[in-house]
Amino acid sequence: MEILVCIKMVPDTAENEIEPNSDGTDIERDDLVYSVNEWDNYAVEEAIQIRDNIGGSVTVVTAGDENSEEILRREMAMGADKGILLSDEAFLNSDGKGIATILRAEIEKGKYDLILTGAQADDGAAQVGGMLAAMLDIPYASLVSSIEIIDDTRIKVGREIEGGNREMNEIDLPCVLSIQTGINEPRYVGIRGIRKVASLDIPVHNASELNISPDTVGEAGSMVKKIDYFVPEPGEGAEILEGSNEEIIEKLVDLLKSNGGIK
Amino acid sequence: MAQGVWTIAEQRNGEFRKITYEMISEGKRLADALGQELTVLLLGSNIKDKAADLGQYGADKVLVADDARLEPYTTDAYVSVIAELTKANEPAILLIGGSVQGKDLAGRLAARLDVGMAQDCTELLIDGGNLVAIRPIYAGKLYAKVTYENSFPQMATARPNVMAMNEPDSSKSAEVADASFTLDDGMLKTKVVNVDKDTSGKVDLTEADKIVSGGRGMKGADEFKILEDLADVIGASVGASRSAVDAGWREHTDQVGQTGKVVSPSLYIACGISGAIQHLAGMSTSKVIVAINKDEDAPIFQKADYGVVADLFDVVPALTEELKKIV
Repeated sequence: MEILVCIKMVPDTAENEIEPNSDGTDIERDDLVYSVNEWDNYAVEEAIQIRDNIGGSVTVVTAGDENSEEILRREMAMGADKGILLSDEAFLNSDGKGIATILRAEIEKGKYDLILTGAQADDGAAQVGGMLAAMLDIPYASLVSSIEIIDDTRIKVGREIEGGNREMNEIDLPCVLSIQTGINEPRYVGIRGIRKVASLDIPVHNASELNISPDTVGEAGSMVKKIDYFVPEPGEGAEILEGSNEEIIEKLVDLLKSNGGIK
Repeated sequence: MAQGVWTIAEQRNGEFRKITYEMISEGKRLADALGQELTVLLLGSNIKDKAADLGQYGADKVLVADDARLEPYTTDAYVSVIAELTKANEPAILLIGGSVQGKDLAGRLAARLDVGMAQDCTELLIDGGNLVAIRPIYAGKLYAKVTYENSFPQMATARPNVMAMNEPDSSKSAEVADASFTLDDGMLKTKVVNVDKDTSGKVDLTEADKIVSGGRGMKGADEFKILEDLADVIGASVGASRSAVDAGWREHTDQVGQTGKVVSPSLYIACGISGAIQHLAGMSTSKVIVAINKDEDAPIFQKADYGVVADLFDVVPALTEELKKIV
């Protein structure tokens, strides 16, 4: 099975303070620590496991600048066979639809049975998978928490749906799946693993090679326009209840009755 | 010229989900701000008799698409029908509840309609006749305010439990009409083969009005019993932080946080949870947050409304006993 996993480099929210830049058009990117979007690691791990079970190959692809090569290499160190970087000035500041347009162009150059994305990205909107499927006119399932390969043409996927229920679907291949965390345990990547793939070639494809018209992507193709960014009010912090445990509980019960909806 | 606000009712087996009423309430506010009507799309099988009552929450019109192939929900069938109706009627705004189903639907639908979409919004407003959407990004460390350019309908999904719900007015009823649409079997490439029903009787975290959550401070799986007891008394669901799930104490489906469930209950009681950004991203829009933690420097106290600096194994059982007396 030929599997493509779409990944993204994002600022690590656990490692960084994230603030708007001086004119509010972007976040302050100096000194940010970047990493692979966490959901994407689960998608890559799942792809590797499928390949190891039934054969085929795993390709990881991302749209980004030259720094994104680092995350492709990281996922190749996990076990992906190949990395592709989609990079062009015209791609900058693409919205979800722009990213889906770029990925679609690459996907149509190859032949993939299964296309995986993370369920969402830290800085994104959980929409690229669905958009990509619509553009490619192939089936889509989101928040996938299990995959079972039936044969070359069909798979069975489990999805966490509302109400704590789990839904099993049969889906025709090729298809796009967005992968939920918890589907597996992504393997650890050590520095030795990264060194092993350090010299592997990663092809870079630009807009003209992908036949993408620059006005359909990036800032120009974006239909959602940013007005500004703002940092939420920090809040006053908790009112710490003081006293003996009995007194604290008495106060807390009163507060829950007046503000917490306990009757 | 695009006109009117549309939202999509979410139902399973003829039962509306709470998000439906939230979106109708929010949709009505947007429609009023524009001086236009709110239309609700209701898709399903044998559901027309439920349609008029949606007027109680603010629907002016309900457009019913009734077809056996629209129950249960599948992305293929819903996108096909909604895209066709949207193109034919040209609403100005299309608002979708950001539930599991809504998020599944929205991306694909936006691409099919070739429009921009803002996902997981916590505030929506009308400015100069256009929709303006505000949404948390980077685990809630930042909010983005966005609008749309040359893109109709202006599409957004809204985070569940955030938009205020109107009090139902039983004197009101919506005008009901049958939608005309075509649904080609060839387009249906996904088949729901079965649904494993949750039999615990607990309310799903994303819809829960009250949540009691435990973290690393719980020390083990068995210790969650004291949270279950508290939750039983106040009618809450039990959640967990990522470290409790990673330790194997709770199922992944219980995980509240950025990579788990995003919840917004009216009461969230965090027990033995330090408040890593991963967790805060999943619960900071809760209305009242109570934190119980031994460590007075735990970041959770920055987000909480009320803090108890004490050993949760003393406080939680005693709190449960006190609450038993009054509820």
